Amino acid sequence: MAAPATRDNPFPRNPWNRVAAVALVVYVIYACAQMEISWERVQVGLVNAARFLDRLFPPNFGRAELLWKGLKESMEIAVLASTLGIVLALPIGLLAARNLMPAWVTWPARLVIVLARSFHPVIVAILFVKAVGFGALAGILALTVASIGFIGKLITEAIEEISEKQVEAVRATGAPFASVLAYGVVPQVFSRFIGFATYQLDSNLRNSTMVGIVGAGGIGGTLFAAFQRFDYDFVCAILIAIITVIMAGEIVATAVRAIFIDNATLRDLFRRGSLRAVRHAEEG
Amino acid sequence: MLTLKNLDMSYVPGKPVLTDINLEIAARGITAIIGPSGTGKSTLIRCINRLVEPTGGSILFDGADLARLSGRALRHARRHIGMVFQEYNLVERLTVMENLLCGRLGFVSSWRAWRRRFGAEDVAQAFDLLDTVGLAEFANRRADALSGGQRQRVGIARAVMQAPKLLLADEPTSSLDPRTSVEIMELLADIARSRTIPVIINMHDVELARRFADRVVGMAGGRIVFDGPPSSLTEGALTGIYGGEHWMH
Repeated sequence: MAAPATRDNPFPRNPWNRVAAVALVVYVIYACAQMEISWERVQVGLVNAARFLDRLFPPNFGRAELLWKGLKESMEIAVLASTLGIVLALPIGLLAARNLMPAWVTWPARLVIVLARSFHPVIVAILFVKAVGFGALAGILALTVASIGFIGKLITEAIEEISEKQVEAVRATGAPFASVLAYGVVPQVFSRFIGFATYQLDSNLRNSTMVGIVGAGGIGGTLFAAFQRFDYDFVCAILIAIITVIMAGEIVATAVRAIFIDNATLRDLFRRGSLRAVRHAEEG
Repeated sequence: MLTLKNLDMSYVPGKPVLTDINLEIAARGITAIIGPSGTGKSTLIRCINRLVEPTGGSILFDGADLARLSGRALRHARRHIGMVFQEYNLVERLTVMENLLCGRLGFVSSWRAWRRRFGAEDVAQAFDLLDTVGLAEFANRRADALSGGQRQRVGIARAVMQAPKLLLADEPTSSLDPRTSVEIMELLADIARSRTIPVIINMHDVELARRFADRVVGMAGGRIVFDGPPSSLTEGALTGIYGGEHWMH
């Protein structure tokens, strides 16, 4: 029998792990001290929060027309920006895929995607408000840029992860490049694409309620104005309306995913528990 | 039909995978290429339709040197060379029918292909071929729902859809059980004979090569070291290809 003592410890300790953990704890304490976050400060905040919550309720739906106008504009911004963004992101994402394109094509495409992802949509919205003026157009453009960045990057990654073997087989038949895409590439990324696209619509719906704060159209402007006038009951009504829209969007997105990814029919969607059944049938 | 002249190939300069391959393939019959793993059998087959690039030599096929072609001319040459893969390489998320019609993609414009507008005779031929390979009722099944043997049948049918002048098969039975392997080889042999398509098959199973091939080419160290009918594949010849002797007994 070999003496175990002569073997290396199979789970060697890395002293740097401990150093890093201690450093993190020290920094958190330091940051709290810097910002003067004390227990007294938290108590003051809580009292203020209680007063604010009290003024939020009951919600005031009196200005329904104003509310609906803002919501409608937000939804329009979200849908238009998602559509435009996805249409533009598909070719850019394809051009950025290193397994299909030469380096001199992927670099510029990657640059476009990185630029589109560099800034938060609010910053982009401010830029577009300055560039094209107040209103929904600025919001649409800002969220289009965000969509190009997000969808473009994910599409590129999805394409770079496909099985080369399937592509090779289609290429070996003498198919032209566009047909190789249609038969070798698209089938492998389509279901993931539907996932990204519905997620982006969902995300644009949320962001479209916010770009209005900087003047780029939608319910955000109404919300901001209500805050400034201390109309907290109207603020509450707006928040409830936004939640409703987001939840409705979530339901639509789930249904779209079920139809395209799990091959569900519209009838399946209204049957309880049937989605799971469809998914199981697909796997089995 | 196909003539390889002084074909060389190396993935890394100075480390040749194929050295001075000279091979002439007749217009009919099954040629089996045998040899130890890593000796370049697969590279050789992939050089023929330029899935890998040869570093030197020529590939004369159908009046052209495939090694010199590029772009559209290369695609057009590939249309006439069918290929069957070890791991079937079907497009998993497409239906069996769509996979078969992949074999026609070289002949159909991309615009029609995107919209699935294939000619009626292509679709009819695909149904006939599915019948031939015994998968008639699987046309609308997705490829990932099939078993290994069924997938390889689809892979063969896809290659035959090209109406190829030459069929390449890269270890077509290596992922299959012994019985299915024989069935797949029978199918390939049937197709080769009934449609008079010359077939080049890489294989590591010497017995299958003996049983189905009209000609056996042995490779070792990236060179051809044996070439003859299966009957001349003696123990001495096998030692020349695989080295050693103990494994035969």
